[in-house]
Amino acid sequence: MMLEKRKERVVAIPTSSMADIAFLLLTFFLVTTSLDLDKGLGLALPPKGEAKPIPKQNIASIWINDAGEVMLDDEMTEISRIREIIKQRLAQNDKLTVSIKTGRNTLYQTYISVLDQVQLAEAKRISIAEPEM
Amino acid sequence: MPDIVFMLLLFFMVTTVFRQFSGLPVNLPTAKKIEKLEAKKNVVNIWADAEGEISIDDKILDQVNKLRRVMYEKVNENSLITTSLKIDRAAKMDLVTQIHQELREAGALRINYCAKSGQ
Repeated sequence: MMLEKRKERVVAIPTSSMADIAFLLLTFFLVTTSLDLDKGLGLALPPKGEAKPIPKQNIASIWINDAGEVMLDDEMTEISRIREIIKQRLAQNDKLTVSIKTGRNTLYQTYISVLDQVQLAEAKRISIAEPEM
Repeated sequence: MPDIVFMLLLFFMVTTVFRQFSGLPVNLPTAKKIEKLEAKKNVVNIWADAEGEISIDDKILDQVNKLRRVMYEKVNENSLITTSLKIDRAAKMDLVTQIHQELREAGALRINYCAKSGQ
């Protein structure tokens, strides 16, 4: 009887190309990953139907008209100067509420610039007044 | 070497989020004092462009006052929600105020005006 010896096959996964494949996948995921984090100005809106009267001396009112001109307490002001003024007023009165009122056609960018300035001045109490409809 | 590559690969695979919807094309305003938004799962995105078109998450709304219902449901599901407003810099405040009103009605009081850093 002839028992034929079975040839043992060497089974192996070809590993030489593994790195290449991994690199290819890596590049794919690198390109498709978007690690974009949204950034922006935070603000808390007042709850519905709540209108607390604020003593007048605690309010700094900012008006922005349709043309993008800014008035801070009845004085025309450059947007870039709002920060210092609010900071000074906050130093005098820490209960200061900044009220921002806009016109109906005011550009959003102008509003954001003003809000940015107010937040740069570390004002914590900001109120957004509704424009007259 | 392949080990390291695989590790990196795994990292990127895990962090990759395929965006289903990228919103309306908007030109974000610029601001200086910007802060990062926290956990993405607590964020609702609202887009509004200069023409007054509004979109929430992936639906386009034809009327602003429909926002109230959608937001109300979202707040009910998750009270920690922050609304990220992605509004075009050329949009009018009229629209922004309407959105504010809708959010107040829905009780979604925490908002974030999405902005780019810059002047």
